[in-house]
Amino acid sequence: MEYIERPTSRYRLVLDRIPILGDVLRSPLGALGFLIVLGFLLVVIFADVLAPYPYTAQDIPARLTGPSAEYPLGTDQLGRDLLSRLIYGSRIALGVALPSVAIALTGGVLLGLVAGYAGGVVDDIVVVLIDSINAFPAVILALAILALLGPALINEIFVIGLAWIPGYARVTRAQVLSVKENVYIEAERSLGARTSRIILMHILPNVIAPLLILAAMDLPVVITFEAGLSFLGLGVRPPTPSWGSILSDGFNYIRQSPWPITWAGLTLIITTLGFTLFGETLRDVLDPRLSGTRGF
Amino acid sequence: MTVLVLVIVTIFLAVLVHIVPGDPAVTLLGPRAKPDTIARIRAEMGLDDPVFIQVRDFLWRVLQGDLGEDIFTNRPVNELVGNALPHTLILAWSSLSLAVLTGIPLGVYSATHPDSWLDRVTALFSISFITVPSYVAGLFLLLIFAVRLQVLPAIGLGEGGDLVDYLRHLILPTVALAVTWVGYLARLVRASLLEVMNETYIRAAMAAGISQRLVLYKYALKNALIPTVAILGVGIGKLMGGAVFVEIIFNRPGMGTMIYNAIQARNYPIVRAGVLVVAFLFVLANLLADFTYTYLDPRIELGKAQR
Repeated sequence: MEYIERPTSRYRLVLDRIPILGDVLRSPLGALGFLIVLGFLLVVIFADVLAPYPYTAQDIPARLTGPSAEYPLGTDQLGRDLLSRLIYGSRIALGVALPSVAIALTGGVLLGLVAGYAGGVVDDIVVVLIDSINAFPAVILALAILALLGPALINEIFVIGLAWIPGYARVTRAQVLSVKENVYIEAERSLGARTSRIILMHILPNVIAPLLILAAMDLPVVITFEAGLSFLGLGVRPPTPSWGSILSDGFNYIRQSPWPITWAGLTLIITTLGFTLFGETLRDVLDPRLSGTRGF
Repeated sequence: MTVLVLVIVTIFLAVLVHIVPGDPAVTLLGPRAKPDTIARIRAEMGLDDPVFIQVRDFLWRVLQGDLGEDIFTNRPVNELVGNALPHTLILAWSSLSLAVLTGIPLGVYSATHPDSWLDRVTALFSISFITVPSYVAGLFLLLIFAVRLQVLPAIGLGEGGDLVDYLRHLILPTVALAVTWVGYLARLVRASLLEVMNETYIRAAMAAGISQRLVLYKYALKNALIPTVAILGVGIGKLMGGAVFVEIIFNRPGMGTMIYNAIQARNYPIVRAGVLVVAFLFVLANLLADFTYTYLDPRIELGKAQR
């Protein structure tokens, strides 16, 4: 990621005063990402105000129409306003992504801490467990479990959380392995500190930063994953709008109207692009050593 | 290690039915099924045996290469998998080839001509497409080329036996799956090649007067490809996951469609068999990637690389 060198303008002076975010905003792509993420969050918060119609309101005579003054993005197969459904869909996107990533982060950090600190047989068991979950492509694992659990929002959150645990466990474990060799950990131990104190007070704070960056970068991936599961009918139940279910409805009526697919697809692409650009820039700012690991 | 993982994966899938709440026989038949029908299906599925026996039987059958029978039609699941798997493998292979054959040359060009217009276009392309999920790419391609322009076929495999028609039906699904990978690979190859080109041995080779072309292709690229191969190993899993969506969108009768249809029909034994086969393939693909990069860089020892 390149920084643009500007002459000392007022803009730059302001940016210099904001820690971290200022550095992110100095990169044009980072600033674009930030704007998109901010816009998305505003839509999530103010969905009730921004949506012109309730997401269930039907106007049967106006089924599958294109953009018009009445319906800015057109309507779906039941004559529901696409714009309103996409706006409310943002709540599902974030409402699934945040708890899923939180579950994955918590589970992964716990597993990684235990494996990395304990070592030996415990470590071996956790590594084999992680490798076994990793043996399933995430979508396939989700399909296997959701086929039994049935489609529901809570099941979806649980399954995504589970599928993402190995990534966090692996990174945590690697970090713990290097941090626990530090002299200050040994000093603490020789002073008689309990294991729980060493892990919580000394190891955890030192391993958490890269994990939080990873979590930020996983949000867009999880958002597309959720939409994918909803596209397959394994996510939220109708009439609750998810971007994936809007795509799925659009797919069923693809010959009658291109609009549901076009708008839902673009919304998904722009949102995830925003999160990705913001996440990548944030990572470069916070931990330059990691840059380039994802091909940028 | 790989064998251990495969055994655990198999056991996990055998036990999953019992961990997850609900009775698969009831799921299969619906809540209004008669108790004696449920009892019969439970017996057929082997659900009345103790869990340990079920797991042992499943593991034993899988070891013998037997994936069981479809409860509805009594057809062997092996036959269903045998029909579906080739179509998925062809799709995965053609997408991977498309991504590698365009992504790597683009990456090499970008690294050797930094800031050229093609480098900039690749960067833009890569950033724009990196977040496009395969199902959105598939739907957009379907909408543009099959529904609107009607230049390429929308669904299915084409007429039986007609190779040209089969290939024409393969184009859109292949592009849909490959599109995120082209830019990603290009950026990855570019980044690692630029890093390798700064190494002392490359500069030494240049200083010794070896031609730039030889240094680039014989020494630098080989090392620069190691991270790419590692990513591709993991990427095959994503490709398999993406294939589920692409097969459903383009109505290709592959593993993804098979698993999806089985979920719709609540036919869990087929879901389980399909998932097992895909997981096995994924693990084997990763093993292959491990072998490839030990070949590319003999300093990496197998087994240690995973730690």
